[in-house]
Amino acid sequence: MPNRLTVCELSRLLSRRELSSREATQACLDAIRQRDPVVRAFLHVDEAGALAQADAADAARRRGRSAETHPLLGIPVAIKDVIAVRNQPLTCGSRILARYIAPYDATVTEALRRAGAIFLGRLNLDEFAMGSSTENSAFGPTRNPWDTTRIPGGSSGGSAAAVAADECSAALGSDTGGSVRLPAAFCGVVGLKPTYGRVSRFGLVAYASSLDQIGLLTKTVRDAALLLETVAGHDPLDSTSVAQPVPPYAAGLDQSVAGLRVGLPREYFVEGGLDAEVRHSIDRAIAQLESLGVEPVEVSLPHTRYALGTFCLIAPAEASANLARFDGVRYGLRVEGADPIEMYARTRGAGFGPEVKRRIILGTHALSSGYYDAYYLRAQKVRTLIRQDFLDTFKQVDAILTPTAPTPPFKLGEKLADPLQMYLSDVFTISCNLAGICGLSLPCGFTTSPKLPIGMQLLGPPFGEEILLRLGYAFEQSTDWHRHRPPL
Amino acid sequence: MEYEAVIGLETHVQLKTQSKMWCGCANAFGAPPNTNVCPVCLGLPGVLPVANDEALRLTVLGGLLLNCRIPSFAKFDRKNYFYPDVSKNYQITQYDRPSTTEGHLDFEFEGAIRRVRITRAHLEEDVGKSFHFERTSGIDFNRAGVPLLEIVSEPDLASADMAYAYLNALKDVLVYGGVSDCDMEKGMVRCDVNVSVRPRGAADLGAKIEIKNMNSFSGVRRALAYEIPRQIAVLERGGMLVQSTRRWDDAAGITEEMRTKEDAHDYRYFPDPDLMAFEPTESWLDEVRGRVVELPLARKQRFMRDYQLPAADAQTFVDDVALGAYFEGVAGQTRNPKAIANWVINNLRAHLAESQTTLADLRFRPAHLIELVELIDSGRISSRIAQDVFAEFFATGESPAAIVQRKGLSQVSDAGALEALCDEAIAANPGPVADYRAGKSAALNFIKGQVMRLSKGKANPAMAGEILERKLGGNRSGTRA
Ligand SMILES: [Zn+2]
Repeated sequence: MPNRLTVCELSRLLSRRELSSREATQACLDAIRQRDPVVRAFLHVDEAGALAQADAADAARRRGRSAETHPLLGIPVAIKDVIAVRNQPLTCGSRILARYIAPYDATVTEALRRAGAIFLGRLNLDEFAMGSSTENSAFGPTRNPWDTTRIPGGSSGGSAAAVAADECSAALGSDTGGSVRLPAAFCGVVGLKPTYGRVSRFGLVAYASSLDQIGLLTKTVRDAALLLETVAGHDPLDSTSVAQPVPPYAAGLDQSVAGLRVGLPREYFVEGGLDAEVRHSIDRAIAQLESLGVEPVEVSLPHTRYALGTFCLIAPAEASANLARFDGVRYGLRVEGADPIEMYARTRGAGFGPEVKRRIILGTHALSSGYYDAYYLRAQKVRTLIRQDFLDTFKQVDAILTPTAPTPPFKLGEKLADPLQMYLSDVFTISCNLAGICGLSLPCGFTTSPKLPIGMQLLGPPFGEEILLRLGYAFEQSTDWHRHRPPL
Repeated sequence: MEYEAVIGLETHVQLKTQSKMWCGCANAFGAPPNTNVCPVCLGLPGVLPVANDEALRLTVLGGLLLNCRIPSFAKFDRKNYFYPDVSKNYQITQYDRPSTTEGHLDFEFEGAIRRVRITRAHLEEDVGKSFHFERTSGIDFNRAGVPLLEIVSEPDLASADMAYAYLNALKDVLVYGGVSDCDMEKGMVRCDVNVSVRPRGAADLGAKIEIKNMNSFSGVRRALAYEIPRQIAVLERGGMLVQSTRRWDDAAGITEEMRTKEDAHDYRYFPDPDLMAFEPTESWLDEVRGRVVELPLARKQRFMRDYQLPAADAQTFVDDVALGAYFEGVAGQTRNPKAIANWVINNLRAHLAESQTTLADLRFRPAHLIELVELIDSGRISSRIAQDVFAEFFATGESPAAIVQRKGLSQVSDAGALEALCDEAIAANPGPVADYRAGKSAALNFIKGQVMRLSKGKANPAMAGEILERKLGGNRSGTRA
C-alpha cells in the first residue's frame, strides 16, 4: 500500500527502485477512486497527467536523476484548489471560477515541480478559503475520514482529508486564520503554517493578503520539514516574502529538545470553552514533553481575547478588495446585464456563496468612510499589540503550546447556521496569523467514542520553524498518534 | 461685483520607464490591444505586484525637480472602485503617505515669475482603456499598470491662461528631467481641474467644481475659459453653485455636470498589504539626487545672465537642450558669446535641418566657430563672406582661416583698392548717383551693393560707405545732416 507511506518512506523505496513512481501514483489514484466518493477531498483528479508525470519521473530516475537534486522525485502530492497549477482548474471552491483554468504556476507549484513532485489534482476547500469546515465549498463538503458524518475542518479540509485518507502523500493548503492547522487537527495529520513571508504567496488566490500563508499537510513532522525546505525562501515575485536563509529543517530534527521551554498561555486554557477530552489529551501531551526534558512555563498573552474580533475586521476588509476582481469582465463566470453595474451585481450575486458575500459586506463596511478609523485602523492597532504579546513571550520561552481547536470535529451542518459558532473554531489558531508567526499542529490523541483525532498546536517566533519541527518530531517519535489510520 | 477664479490642477503623467509599475510588461504606446499584458496587469487570481524601482526613482526625481520634500516613509494604498478598465477593481496609489510633498514650481507668466505650490506628487498605476463599438465594448489593458506620477497643485492659479502656462512649465520640467515624455498625442498627460470663483478678495473659497479627464493643455485652457464665466454668471443671477464634477465636451466647447457631491465615490482607501512601505535609504536618495538637472527657467535665466543673451535666444537654448549644451561648450571659450549664439541659432540650426544631420554628425570643431567670429570681429572677413565660409566648413570641416586663405576671401580694407572700386561703381550707376544727390539717401545702399558686387563681397562695407559718401559730397537734403 504505497499510498499509506510517508513522503520520506516513499522516497527511500523509490530511491532503492523497490517501487516505481507509477506504482505509488497509481496506488493514490486507486485510493481516490475507492474512497473519495465518500470523503470528497478532491475537486479534480488529473489521472492521465499524474501518471504521465510519474512515468517521466521514473524515466528520469533511470537516467540517473535522484532525490539528492530532486528531493520529491516521483512523490504524488495534491494541492488545495486556491493555489495555481498551470493548465489545471483553479476554482477556489467557487462557482465564480467553476470553469477557470490557471495559466501559470504559483511559485510553490514551481518549487514542487522542480523538486520532482507529481500533481494528483485539486483539493476541496471552503470557498476562497473562507470557513472552518469545508462546508462552504460550492461543490459540496469534504467529509472527515474518521467519521464521514463530521466535517474535516477548514478551509484546507480537502488537503487534510486527502492526506488522512491516504489519497496522497502530502498536500499543500493555505492558512489565513487556522485553515491548515484546524483541519490537520480534525483529521489527525500534521499541519504547518510557516511564518508570514517564509513561503511565497505568488499564485495563492488571496483571501486576506496580510494573513495568508501557504502551509503543508503531511503524515509526519519529518515530511513537513522536507516539504518546507522545498517551498520556503525569498521570491522576487512576492514583495512580502522575506530574504531569510532556509535552514536544513529535516537535518535538524534529531537534535535534543531537553532544556527547551514551552509556554502555556493561561488565556488558552480557560474552563468552559475547552472540551474535556481535548483538555485531557493536551495535559498528557505536556507531560509527555516534560518527560523528554522540555520545561513547561505558564505565560500570558493578554490581548488574546481581542484576536477573533480583530481578525473579523482585518480579514474581511482585505478580502473585500481582493475579491473585487471577480467581476465577469475578463474571466470566470459572467451573468450579462444591461450595463457593467448590473453585470457585476448579477455575476457576483450568482457566483459567490453566502459566507463569501457575508465577509465582503463586512469588509466593505469596515473600510467605509466614517467607519475606517473605528474598525479597520483600530483593528490594526490591536493587531500590533497581539504581535507584541507574542514577541515578549518568546523572550521567555522557545515555543508556545495550545490545543489546536477547542473541540473535536463537529457534525456536518452543526454550525452552518451560526457563523459566530463556526468562527470560534479558530479561536486558538487566529492569533498566530495576526502576529505573523509560525504554527504547527500535530496529532496528540483521540476522543474515545467515537474515535476522533485531537491536535495540539505549537507556536514559534518569526522564522522559528526549526524549533517547532524539532519539538514536534521529538513528541511524534515518543508517541504513536500519527500512526493511527481512519476506519475507511 | 467683481469675481476671481481659484484654480488647482491634478496632473497625471506617465513615467518614462521601460516596464510597467508592478510587472515586467513593456511600458509602450501603440502596440495592438492586449499584447503588453500578463497575469499581473490583467489582475488574474493569485498574482502579486512588485514595485518597479525605476518608477520609484522617477517619482522622487520628479518631486525633487518640483522642490518637494521627500518623506522618509511612503506607502501604497488601494483605491477601491468598480470599473471595467480597472483590472483588479482597485487602483494602487499613494493616499495619505505619498513619496513627495510640499514643493513648488516657478514659471514665467505675463512677464513675471509666478510660483504655484505643489501639494504632493505621488505614484500610482494607470488603468486600461475602454473602447465602445456598435453593440459591444472592449478594453485594452496595455496601459493598465503603467506608472503615473500625479502632481497635485495648491489652488494658486487665477486664470485659464495662467493654468495653461503652469501646465507647459510643468511639462518642460518633467521632460527636461527625463521623468516623462509628456507626449499628449500618446495620452501620456491627463488633467483634472478644480475651479471655483469668489468675490475678488474674499477669504472663503467658492464651491469646488472638478472637470475630469482633460487630455490636452489647450483643452484645459478652453474649459476654464468656459467654466469661469459660467460660474460667475450663475452667481450673478443669484444662483448657487454646489460641489460637483463636470465633463468637458471638447466638440461642443462646454462643460456638463456628471455628478454632485451627494453621489461621490467612497473609495475605501486602505494600505495595500501586498506591498511593503517605501523607506528610501540615503544612498538610494543620493543616486536620485545625482539625476537632478537644471530646470528650464533657471537655465534660461542663467543663459541671459552669463552670456548676455536676449530672452528669445536663451529660450531657444532651453527648448533645444542639445543645441544649448553645444552653445555652452563653445561660448565658454570665446569673448563674444552673443555672436556665437547668433551663429548657432541662425546658421548651425538651419544647416543641420537642411542636411538632416544632428550635432553628433558635425564635421567641424567648436574652435572653427570661434575662429569665424574672430575673423569677423577683426574685420578680416565681412559677415556676408562669413556665411559662405560657414557653409564651407560645415560641409568639409576645413578651418575658416584656411578657407579664407585658400579662396582669397579676406576683406578688402585697403583704401586705395576701395577708392578704385567706388569710382567704378559711381561711374557705372549715374542714375542712383543722381538720386542720392537729389536727397534719396537709400540710393547709397544700392551703390554700396554694387561696390560689394564688384569686390565679390570682399569689400569692407563700412569703409566703402564712408568713401562713397565722401565722393558723392554727402547727402545734402537727406536724413543725415
Ligand atoms: Zn503585465
